[in-house]
Amino acid sequence: MAKRDLKRRDFIGLAGAGLTVFFNTRALAQGPAPGGQPPGGRGGSGRGAGGFGGMGAPTDFNAFLRIGADGRVTGFAGKVELGQGLITQLAAVIADELDVAYDSVDMVTGDTDLCPFDMGTFGSMGSSQLAPSVRRAAAEARAVLLQMASERLNSPVARLRVKAGVVTDSADAAKTIAYARLVEGRKIERTMPNTPVKDPKDFQVIGKTPPRKDANVKIAGKAKYAGDFILPGMLHAKLLRPPAKGAALKSVDTSAAEKVPGVRVVKDGDIVAVLHERPDVAAEALAKVKAEFDKPAAGPDNASLADYMIKAAGAPNKSGPGDIAAGERLSASVFDQTWLESYVAHAPIETHTATAQVEDGKVTVWASTQAPFSVRTTISGGLQLPAEKVRVISTYVGGGFGGKADSGAGYALEAARLATLTGTPVQVMCSREEEFFFDTYKPAAVMKIRSGVTSAGKIAFWDAYIIGPGGEQSFFYDVPNLKLASAGGWMGGRGGGGPQVHPMAVGAWRGPAVHSNAFARESQIDVMAAKAGIDPVEFRLNNMTNPRMRRVLEAAARQFGWKSGKAPSGRGFGVACGIYSNGYAANMAEVAVDKTTGEVRVKRVVTAVDVGLQLNPEGLRQQCEGCVTMGLGFCLSEAIQFRGGEILTRNLSDYELPRFSWVPKIDVVLVESSEKNIIGAGELSITPMGGLIANAIYDASGARMTQLPMTPARIKAALARA
Amino acid sequence: MERTISFRLNGKPASVKTDDGRMLLWVLRSDLGLTGTKFGCGESVCGACTVVVGNQAVRSCSTPLKDVAGKEVLTIEGLGQTRLHAVQQAFLDHDAFQCGFCTPGMIMNAYALLKKTPRPTRAQIVQAMDGNLCRCGAHVRILAAIEEAAGAGKAGA
Ligand code: FES
Ligand code: FES
Repeated sequence: MAKRDLKRRDFIGLAGAGLTVFFNTRALAQGPAPGGQPPGGRGGSGRGAGGFGGMGAPTDFNAFLRIGADGRVTGFAGKVELGQGLITQLAAVIADELDVAYDSVDMVTGDTDLCPFDMGTFGSMGSSQLAPSVRRAAAEARAVLLQMASERLNSPVARLRVKAGVVTDSADAAKTIAYARLVEGRKIERTMPNTPVKDPKDFQVIGKTPPRKDANVKIAGKAKYAGDFILPGMLHAKLLRPPAKGAALKSVDTSAAEKVPGVRVVKDGDIVAVLHERPDVAAEALAKVKAEFDKPAAGPDNASLADYMIKAAGAPNKSGPGDIAAGERLSASVFDQTWLESYVAHAPIETHTATAQVEDGKVTVWASTQAPFSVRTTISGGLQLPAEKVRVISTYVGGGFGGKADSGAGYALEAARLATLTGTPVQVMCSREEEFFFDTYKPAAVMKIRSGVTSAGKIAFWDAYIIGPGGEQSFFYDVPNLKLASAGGWMGGRGGGGPQVHPMAVGAWRGPAVHSNAFARESQIDVMAAKAGIDPVEFRLNNMTNPRMRRVLEAAARQFGWKSGKAPSGRGFGVACGIYSNGYAANMAEVAVDKTTGEVRVKRVVTAVDVGLQLNPEGLRQQCEGCVTMGLGFCLSEAIQFRGGEILTRNLSDYELPRFSWVPKIDVVLVESSEKNIIGAGELSITPMGGLIANAIYDASGARMTQLPMTPARIKAALARA
Repeated sequence: MERTISFRLNGKPASVKTDDGRMLLWVLRSDLGLTGTKFGCGESVCGACTVVVGNQAVRSCSTPLKDVAGKEVLTIEGLGQTRLHAVQQAFLDHDAFQCGFCTPGMIMNAYALLKKTPRPTRAQIVQAMDGNLCRCGAHVRILAAIEEAAGAGKAGA
């Protein structure tokens, strides 16, 4: 308790004069639910407050806002702006609930000294959990201010109106005072808990499209990412890396590198680093280091991966409520299929980067991370410094997608260690090769599904064994006999999910597990619909009562102009649905398949989503478009190539990301929701992409694709079999 | 070879004494402190490092400093110094970015396209931009922004 209060004081001291309001997001402070993955699987870590190392993480507030004597309002939150529009969204919420001009709101995010503890920015939690809390806090702050104004103006609260931060008595326009005057030169800590939030119909900013708070700096090249902090005397470090995962260093000769003028070589424990004030010169000097590594242990490669995972997983856990045998007896046809996925990289355009500086015993690290507090823990552990002596700042990050959740944070600790050892600021910017090598991939998957359909077109049973990504979290078809088993998971060896089935480090990838499950599930559904001779949309509607899913599916069909037809119809139409974190998506696509080359062109995609309360429709559209576009990659081209611990994918020339010539016409339909909470769309529309494109390819060509990515070679092979 | 290379940078004279085989990207970012130009791959495959030399978009990660001797180099910092350039304004109006890391390269590449082809067709825009990667998936908005900047007719300015 004492610790917590102390922490609060710290923040107040820092905030200075004005009104400071603290608020909490209970779920964030508590960390993952017991018993494995939280609903929707937060793309993180399994480290909640419990894993915080007893460093006095404040548990009573997760963010706070401050109204300064100049009238400007500042919101502080430990989450990070990754491009998802976080700071815009939070500023809009504050402006509306507080009744201040949107332009007068500033956000400070991702700074461990200025912002209260936050677990990390993943799983759309910025929208689903932080935004509602900020909203309540801003409403509370407004109530406190009105109370103060009432005392000052001698007018009852009920008569007071607020506009752009100015309180006026509706019965006497002469009685007026600005928030800035109310808080002037004073430290105020009052609370008015349980203040109701506004009716959404009274919002001025939320639900409209406020200009993005990060726009001006980004189009001018002024947004500072971790690598853009160029400090006086700074050295750029390039580190010696093993040729394969698990290969230990046997001997090293740095003499040639040391001869390069201006180079410093640091050998410390597991670090061999070449430093120079110019990053390119450091890289060249590193190439002169001669090193011998042990041959790493043999391991699977792309071709043997599925067998390896099946063996590692063992037999599925036999328990489960479904009576599969009974389901089989009801079935007119039974389907047995294995669906495969590869390891896929996050490949943000910004590689992992950290700039570190040590001043008076305090380490400051600018890091490209989704989880600055977790990086702080890593650094304070690695340097044996108390957490207060480490500050991590993550203001703008050049894409994360779960890949910068940073449980290991090697690059940041390396920068901090080297800055400490050399006594000068040090920057570590990963090369693209390092980025591929150290990534925590989207888990590969082996997904076996047996299912049956009755002569009336009803699903009679479903027996799934999901190896790799983690099991189904929200199965939404009505299946009387259902068994969902799984082995392994996206957290890999970091906890949960039973046996370790991955030879590689894995993690969340624009949402964990859901897109893999959706590929298998939605493909299996399509196989069943085709065999039953029923239009795939109709088949889905026949087998689901979930009203929110039905609504998005119907909305997608309307927008798409879906006409009933049996697949393969030759039209190249595909449909797939998915749930992520209480958000619902139904996607439809039209593709063309070149049967001679096996190439696919995605012509258009409709994504209809139900994301609860829509804070910023334009921001939601952007997220959905991004999901569809990014999703084309794991569908069509992306797969990490490896042989044992050797990562053969070294640069973006070996790994094709979606590009302009691939991009379809994208229609986003924001469906009116029965859900009043804010859900977020960062991972939603990507969820059904695998099944969507696979089903559309089948409809176009008759080739049933059972493995992602659906490369031209694989499509040609499937066509030959079809 | 170490020597002094002089060129014009964002409208002003610049000269750097260094190994003239070093890549422009690192000279810009490290020697000159212009960090708006980004590193993404180092091998001409992502476009994050795009700057304009003469009127040509080039990959600064693969352009040796000696190649720009005596030339006019324009980086994102030099664009729209007094008033936003039409391409920047269109990126702003269309929210044609998310994380923003690819954005400087996108804008510079689009700028060079419109210099050369003030009224490009959609197909020409796609073709010109195809080597610039965006992982966030801002593509549809970037295309719309470039179309609008071209339509505004001020893009060549
Ligand atoms: S960094 Fe130059 S093209 Fe990628
Ligand atoms: S906006 Fe993030 S890479 Fe393009």
